[in-house]
Amino acid sequence: MGLLSLSIWVPIAFGVLLLALGRDEQANAVRWVALIGAVVSLLLTLPLYGQFDNSTAAMQFVENVPWIERFNVNYHLGLDGISFWFVPLTAFITVIVVIAAWEVITHRVNQYMGAFLILSGLMIGVFSALDGMLFYVFFEATLIPMYLIIGIWGGPNKIYAAFKFFLYTLLGSLLMLIALIFLYTQSGGSFDLAKWHALPLGQTAQTLLFFAFFAAFAVKVPMWPVHTWLPDVHVEAPTGGSAVLAAIMLKLGAYGFLRFSMPIAPDAAHAYGGFMVALSLIAVVYVGLVAMVQQDMKKLVAYSSVAHMGFVTLGFFIFNDLGVSGGLVQMIAHGFVSGAMFLSIGVLYDRVHSREIASYGGVVNTMPKFAAFALLFAMANCGLPGTAGFVGEWMVILGAVKFNFWIGFAAASALLFGAAYTLWMFKRVYLGPVTNDDVKELTDINAREFLMLGLLALAVLAMGLYPKPFTDVMDVSVAELLKHVAISKLN
Amino acid sequence: MIDTISWITVYPEIVLMVMACAILLIDLGVKTPLRNLTYVLTMLTLAVVAALEAHLAVAGQTYYGFGNMVVSDAMGNWLKCFAAIAVMVSLVYARPYAGHRDMLRGGELFTLNMLSLLGMFVMISSNNLLLTYMGLELLTLSSYALVALRRDNVSATEAAMKYFVLGAMASGFLLYGMSMLYGATGTLDITQLFKSISSGQIRPDVLVFGLVFIVAGLAFKLGVVPFHMWIPDVYQGAPTAVTLMIGGAPKLAAFAICIRLLVEGMRPLAGDWQQMLMVLSVGSLLIGNLAAIAQTNLKRMLAFSTISQMGFVLLGLMSGVVNGDAVTFAANAYSSSMFYVITYVLTTLATFGVILLLSREGFESEEISDFAGLNQRSPLYAAVMAICAFSLAGIPPMVGFYAKLSVLQALVVSGQPLYLGMAIFAVLMSLVGAFYYLRLVKVMYFDEPITATTVNAPADVRVVLSINGALVLILGLAPGSLMALCASSVRQMLGM
Repeated sequence: MGLLSLSIWVPIAFGVLLLALGRDEQANAVRWVALIGAVVSLLLTLPLYGQFDNSTAAMQFVENVPWIERFNVNYHLGLDGISFWFVPLTAFITVIVVIAAWEVITHRVNQYMGAFLILSGLMIGVFSALDGMLFYVFFEATLIPMYLIIGIWGGPNKIYAAFKFFLYTLLGSLLMLIALIFLYTQSGGSFDLAKWHALPLGQTAQTLLFFAFFAAFAVKVPMWPVHTWLPDVHVEAPTGGSAVLAAIMLKLGAYGFLRFSMPIAPDAAHAYGGFMVALSLIAVVYVGLVAMVQQDMKKLVAYSSVAHMGFVTLGFFIFNDLGVSGGLVQMIAHGFVSGAMFLSIGVLYDRVHSREIASYGGVVNTMPKFAAFALLFAMANCGLPGTAGFVGEWMVILGAVKFNFWIGFAAASALLFGAAYTLWMFKRVYLGPVTNDDVKELTDINAREFLMLGLLALAVLAMGLYPKPFTDVMDVSVAELLKHVAISKLN
Repeated sequence: MIDTISWITVYPEIVLMVMACAILLIDLGVKTPLRNLTYVLTMLTLAVVAALEAHLAVAGQTYYGFGNMVVSDAMGNWLKCFAAIAVMVSLVYARPYAGHRDMLRGGELFTLNMLSLLGMFVMISSNNLLLTYMGLELLTLSSYALVALRRDNVSATEAAMKYFVLGAMASGFLLYGMSMLYGATGTLDITQLFKSISSGQIRPDVLVFGLVFIVAGLAFKLGVVPFHMWIPDVYQGAPTAVTLMIGGAPKLAAFAICIRLLVEGMRPLAGDWQQMLMVLSVGSLLIGNLAAIAQTNLKRMLAFSTISQMGFVLLGLMSGVVNGDAVTFAANAYSSSMFYVITYVLTTLATFGVILLLSREGFESEEISDFAGLNQRSPLYAAVMAICAFSLAGIPPMVGFYAKLSVLQALVVSGQPLYLGMAIFAVLMSLVGAFYYLRLVKVMYFDEPITATTVNAPADVRVVLSINGALVLILGLAPGSLMALCASSVRQMLGM
């Protein structure tokens, strides 16, 4: 078994173990086993970085064994510069989520922890699958644990949210399934992604495929106007669920654009590039404005996620080096920052049990340590230089200006909205005098919360100050992808 | 003189029949309330029969016996093997339930099951229209009796009456169609039938007229729209243990006679019956899924879900023969249907197993709300039920996904725009279907339990149910071998 397989199956094995043997009476043991499982899984992904070769765009850590011979489906895994960073990111966020749930989740702990560990393995599977069907299986399977997480541990309206999440994303994926089968037929009976990338396709076929993939990935990202599930789901999901959803699951969609839509249907991607750019700009500008008027902190961060993911898709569909790498960097940065934002809201929610901005005010007076972290994450969310949030957005804007000045201009001005809604929220929640008794009685974060936020803060700063390890890994693969996408597949 | 080959083709059936009669006699002396001896003997017999069939299937030879009356081929042998196992599993689940409900006063539950299995065997291996009909009658007559086994129960007797009247009408349809074919071709032998239809000498209007009745009869037995009315009523009204028996293994036999009659016998008329199947499957997918949403009774919901699942099976059957490269597509399509039916039966068994388990003495657990908070009462059985629900909804990595995948693949690979449209329609309908399966998961996992009673199961039920649930997941992680088995046996049946 290769490292990549271990990264997928070790967390799943730990998760299954917890589901099978865990009891609420021994919740503490369950928590420790979950933490050990998550940390071991993270440690397993680290040697990948040591062995990763930056100088080639070829797939690395490849494992390829037949899986379903009747349909020529292979258990085919591999990483390149595009997918690489999401593997450690997923494992890292899982560790954080396990820590975040430590004292908060008190019933059915084993199922909670088990679901997150299984989910972690499945998401790593999505990023490393090089076989269309294997990708689909992992992609869809992630819905099951997330559905249960939202539905069991969610807020008052959790059932509506769980169903909306599941059915909304399932509709998109089912259309993609037809596309995958169509490609299987066209390629003479193969689910191999590399073969699909090289497969010549007519304009009509490409257009249909592009929109079938669009249905799956745009919902997942989510792009405007199919983003409406995200705020509902975020509001109801438990803190850990929101963090994983924002940090990793949204990236599955954006990743799909790079791995499927663009290389398989390059001509359609070019033909509808303007359409994608327009949707992305609407997400960046309009959804940014929507975020500003939210009364609920989680909803605000959810809308800000849509806006930030708009930068990602904008970067992808301007088809230049800076844009695509910038989009990728933005995805990773957003993984850290949005995860941190949701966990910060979770810290407040655990104490006051309210997500309304109006229930707070002057938190800095009672929780100074926590407010410092929150300020850092807020700054990262608005894209302050020196934090992770800056690098990706700046690269995308540069790329956009190169592509078309006015698109770059629009994207850049959207940064202003980002700063406005984040800082305004920060002001209303943390600054000013203490306005009510709830806030007066707040206790500052304990060692566990300090550890969890501290790790995220380190990641946010490290990526902001020294993004080179991230961009170095991507460069060659992104250049190769763009070279491939530039060549027409017609005739 | 009857040659040895003939005996080879039927000796599992002979074992089954002899043992069914013997067990009926032995049971007269059994005094224990749960009829332990009868149970053990029945299990042993079924295990032996399943093993014999598996042995024949692995050998992979095709034999015709008794003057072409019966055929023994890999497809039939595998289906018979799975049917025997399915009956075994349903008896394990059914026995405690039946014991609590006064259904084990005699050993009829076991004998009738063995006889209905014998009927399935005859249907599966028949190569003659009349023999097919006899097998079908043996199966359905035993089933009517099973439904009515709880004779003091009003809903059960009502269900038995409905089942009998509608079932008899369906048999009439089938028989009428068969007589039409016999009149046109002068033969009851399925192989001869195929030859004389492909000769092109027979008047097509008579053939198609007969075909319509045959398809209607088959549609009745499969329970697809618009011949589905009996399914919800019988599923709901019959004692749950019997619902399991008529909803499980007989689907395998129904699939087999579809293959034998339509594919082996009337492949030259494929253009006609494919259109009929298309209409039937569109109706089933639509009505089955939409009606299931509105149900509050779990058995009734599963009945409508069955209708939609059978729609999928028909999609596979209809996508077989198309212009040009006919036989390649056919093997692909029919094996996907076969895979679908087998995995469907596997999943259904576990689903009803859990329902039976939750029914206690004097309490039928058949409303969806009875499952509220099952996860807190028994995480294991909730997990089994959830795996089945996700499988029926077609979510990977459960086996139901691969069943849907192979049927969709058969549709898309045919390259016809109409079939591509059907695939998209089927996919959208399975989205609708996902809703009510998810609701079942929701009730089990998200709602609070109304009763705190723990779920107690006898050891045999617990073990078999766990294995059954695990298989739905494990076959999803490694579906390759079962798919290959279906593909190779269908290819052999088609003579490739």
